[in-house]
Amino acid sequence: MIRPFAAFGALLATSLLAAPAFAQGSGSKTIDDITKRGQVVCGVAGAVAGFSLPDSQGVMRGIDADFCRTVASAILGDANKVRFVNLTTQNRFTALQSGEVDLLYRSTTWTLGREANLGGMFASVNYYDGTGFLVKTSTGVKGAKELDGATICVQPGTSTELAIADYFRVNNLKFTPILIEDLSEIQRSFMNGRCDAYSTDSSALAAFRFQQGAKANELTLLPDIISKEPLGGMVRKGDDKFFDAVRWAYFALLTAEEYGITSKNVDSFLTSNVPEVRRLLGLEGDMGKALGIDNKWAFNEIKQVGNYGEIWDRNITVMGVPRGINNLWNKGGLQYSPPVR
Amino acid sequence: MSTTTVAATGVAHREQPPALVYGPIAWLRANLFNSWLSTAVTLALAYLIVRWAIGFIDWAFINAIWTVPSNANGTLDSTACRDARGVGACWAVIGDKWRFILFGRYPYDAQWRPAICIFLFIGLYAVSAMRRFWRKELLLVWVVTLAVIGLLMWGGVLGMEYVPNDSWGGLPITLILATFGLAFAFPLSIFVALGRRSTMPAVKILCVVYVELIRGVPLISVLFMASVMFPLFMPAGLNPDKLLRAQVAIILFSAAYLAEVVRAGLQALPKGQYEAADAMGLSFWQKTGLIILPQALRLVIPPLVNTFIGFFKDTSLVLIIGIFDLLTSGKVALADPVWQGFSSEVYLFLAVIYFAFCYVMARYSRGVEKYLGRSVRR
Repeated sequence: MIRPFAAFGALLATSLLAAPAFAQGSGSKTIDDITKRGQVVCGVAGAVAGFSLPDSQGVMRGIDADFCRTVASAILGDANKVRFVNLTTQNRFTALQSGEVDLLYRSTTWTLGREANLGGMFASVNYYDGTGFLVKTSTGVKGAKELDGATICVQPGTSTELAIADYFRVNNLKFTPILIEDLSEIQRSFMNGRCDAYSTDSSALAAFRFQQGAKANELTLLPDIISKEPLGGMVRKGDDKFFDAVRWAYFALLTAEEYGITSKNVDSFLTSNVPEVRRLLGLEGDMGKALGIDNKWAFNEIKQVGNYGEIWDRNITVMGVPRGINNLWNKGGLQYSPPVR
Repeated sequence: MSTTTVAATGVAHREQPPALVYGPIAWLRANLFNSWLSTAVTLALAYLIVRWAIGFIDWAFINAIWTVPSNANGTLDSTACRDARGVGACWAVIGDKWRFILFGRYPYDAQWRPAICIFLFIGLYAVSAMRRFWRKELLLVWVVTLAVIGLLMWGGVLGMEYVPNDSWGGLPITLILATFGLAFAFPLSIFVALGRRSTMPAVKILCVVYVELIRGVPLISVLFMASVMFPLFMPAGLNPDKLLRAQVAIILFSAAYLAEVVRAGLQALPKGQYEAADAMGLSFWQKTGLIILPQALRLVIPPLVNTFIGFFKDTSLVLIIGIFDLLTSGKVALADPVWQGFSSEVYLFLAVIYFAFCYVMARYSRGVEKYLGRSVRR
């Protein structure tokens, strides 16, 4: 139902956006708009714990929210100059296409279809997620293949639902889905034993298990991850300079973590003589200028928001989710930054 | 004998009416215990009500947990609440989240501003409800109050920080959408209702098409059009704000429904009223304003208020386009991992707020109905 709708929207949007941007200054219309406005407008979910969720004081917290802040600090030099716009799964792409937001950090999965059809492209992967299963430890199930004939609680209309259906069909297994829209209700049903397994993104499952406190051992997160869900930031097509800025705002955080540069010790690195660190922090090489932004771009990001590991620890570790494949490449993970040179 | 005595001594000995014919006991006998079947039903229901009430009081008050301690890294620790799950309510979630539920993402230090706005709205309703203020100046009061509310919400002057309306949320959003929605939809609906009964074909067709088009689709799809489709048709950069688009969608939608209610009132008036007005040589607007509408609107007060109440609650549908009204703020508060699963408490809190507004509206409409219906009862 959404798909032809979105394709139609994309067609319209691309025809509207096709007009080339004749801008001076940064060479990017979006960056110029942001500078003029003095604010990055960032589309977030605003209702997903760990990614973007307002705390009790109404301040947006989470890994997506912090990545929006890094873009603001890279372009404007101030991490607080960001306006969060709550978007639903339905209106997120239109909001991006119509220019209502500059970019999306809305736990959106990078897929071929989305990049090819929706007039946007993915600049970063700030979280490698995947569909997993949570079962009660007492059932003794050790792997997803043992779930033949099981009832599985899942939210309707999600990519999880499709992923499970594909997985069970490919492996010639049977299952009964129990579709429940409401998050609290689905968790309650699982705890009450209405379904044998609860399936959604493994990050959410780990967080849910952690939240049970002392009873966490009664639940087991199965080791099988049955789908790839790389979640990242999305920008409009047709503004490559802005795309570069968002992408390198992300890579800078990985490079910073690789060199051990944190928000606390970044000042001490200003005297470093490691060439890549000097280039990253804007001491030589004019890297920021090449991107159309300030040379202090990465310094501001690290100083004001922190490196990738700090953002992770602040938002995801506290929910009890292990770093896993989101570790840096040299620690056995997938997070890898090309060299800054 | 006794009757003559009473008559002789005036009011000295007035006998009590027999207890089994008048009074509460008699009422009980007549209504609740008048046969063995009704006695059984009464006892069974009374038992269930008492059982439920005791259970509820136990859950909501006696076993409830009112506060929870913070843990080492400064977040609240809801373990106590989780242990009490099903036994006692966890009001700590409200204690932690009430400001978020009421005001959404509005900057924390400036939340006195939306708080004042809520009271201004309530004050505005109260003043409008009192008959002694039903004068032309009331319109001025509305304009001024709504301007002050806008000033407080946006700020940007008098040293108040500017707050863009993406950060608004909670109860003020619900009140803004409902108040502006009905304030604009009601006059619009009167024109549409009159237009639908017009003899001018163009006006009539326009009104019929408008009403049928809007009534033919659910509110969700109208909001969806406003939020998702509309921006695509606009040139880039020229994009009315999301809240405004939702507000216009709500106005158009509720006007279509109210128009049908008003039209029912117009049709219920005897033809003689129209003819009498014509016979007096009144113009169309005089006839409508002085004779027809006052009578027609009085007839439709119950369905009007019914629609008002419905739309007050329907504003919660803006959640599908990412606007955080009262209900959505409650849901978002529940997405916090600390409080996941304590939905009963939050929804109960929200229900009390919605009920307070809707019940007052309903009671008030009964009062107005009685007042305006004096002529009929006389």
